[in-house]
Amino acid sequence: MQVPAHFEYERATSVDHAITLLARWGSEARVVAGGHSLIPMMKLRLARPEALIDINELAELVYIRLADGVLRVGAMTRHAELLANPVVGEHYPIFHDAERVIADPIVRNRGTVGGSLCQADPSEDLSAAFAAVDALAVVRGPGGERTVPIREFHIGPYETVVEPGELLTEIRVPVRPGGSSAYEKVERRVGDWAVAAAGAAVWLDGDTIADAGVGLTAVGADHFCSPAAEAVLRGAPATEETFAAAGRAAAESCRPSADQRGPVDYKRHLAGELTVRALRRAVARARGQEA
Amino acid sequence: MTTRITVTVNGEEHTAEVEPRTLLVHFLRDQLGLTGTHWGCDTSNCGVCTVTLDGTPVKSCTVLAVMAHNHSVGTVEGLERDGKLDPVQQGFVECHGLQCGFCTPGMMLTARWLLDNNPDPSETEIREAISGQSCRCTGYENIVRSVQWAARQEVTR
Repeated sequence: MQVPAHFEYERATSVDHAITLLARWGSEARVVAGGHSLIPMMKLRLARPEALIDINELAELVYIRLADGVLRVGAMTRHAELLANPVVGEHYPIFHDAERVIADPIVRNRGTVGGSLCQADPSEDLSAAFAAVDALAVVRGPGGERTVPIREFHIGPYETVVEPGELLTEIRVPVRPGGSSAYEKVERRVGDWAVAAAGAAVWLDGDTIADAGVGLTAVGADHFCSPAAEAVLRGAPATEETFAAAGRAAAESCRPSADQRGPVDYKRHLAGELTVRALRRAVARARGQEA
Repeated sequence: MTTRITVTVNGEEHTAEVEPRTLLVHFLRDQLGLTGTHWGCDTSNCGVCTVTLDGTPVKSCTVLAVMAHNHSVGTVEGLERDGKLDPVQQGFVECHGLQCGFCTPGMMLTARWLLDNNPDPSETEIREAISGQSCRCTGYENIVRSVQWAARQEVTR
């Protein structure tokens, strides 16, 4: 029987209360949201916090809003809610692509957007999706609120810039016209972690790629993105040749590790090919040729 | 140290002392004696421990009992109403939707949730809904048929 070791339990009733509790418990406390990463790790004693601060009651962190050209997603938004949201699908289909292949419907009912980002698993899909669209993380602590570009949010496997005493509260994504996005993943079986995955966001000016973001999952890319591929794309024509060149750049720029999901060469190949497919689909969507 | 929680299970309020580390599945089975909820892989993969939390299916091996405080939990024991099987349960009877029965409670709760939200699902939608739950006997064919049987009953009712 797998059961976590003993811990003290605190149920936060507001964000301010959560911050107070985090200050009281210090670095020995962990925030628990959906718990679908942390509780399994606690069962295996890979995580052994003295206290859990439960933020499941914080309805104030459950929202998806589009206002003034910014899409705001509350950190306690469940995966299922992000997947079901039509505004997200309209402006950033990359998130619906990614959510469809994250775990399974029952897990998505419980797991949260903020929890996934804070878990910082190198194979986590939303990290690359948010990196592709250049999101901003909002982190609150005892001293107030600060914003962190998502490409500076993750500092290594299972590590983020969120300090003990701080809480991720929101993710902001700027919405710009003329663009679209897509996410492509290869998994061994439905619901598994990615062998590799790639996300692309493009903004077109006629037939030219005005701006682009490329996110990579599970292939050791720094901050889940590929600036090298983005440099190839910016200002280039939106053609198969350009996609292929960006795919090569993405493959060269990542550092996959061999594991039970595949050898380095295979993962590198996937990083390139999935970048091409995500770009192809994102451009087709931006042109209104594909849903 | 224990914490006092109050949880509404199948419409009935229960107050109990639990350790914070007690998982919802063990609270239901060991403290309330509701052993219809099965306990399988312990890693939120197999889905046999699926129950509803405020009406939404969750895997109870990965939810703490304390998280259910002041919330409603639904288990397979709550599907039958006034001595009458839920159409989903009847569907599993009619279409041989189970063999060993280990995955069945979770499958039926997910099916009930699916039909509540989508009364006339396609085969693909049924398969997607139960994709987080493993069945090692049926190959899923008869589970899908069972859910389709229940959907037909309810649509024509």
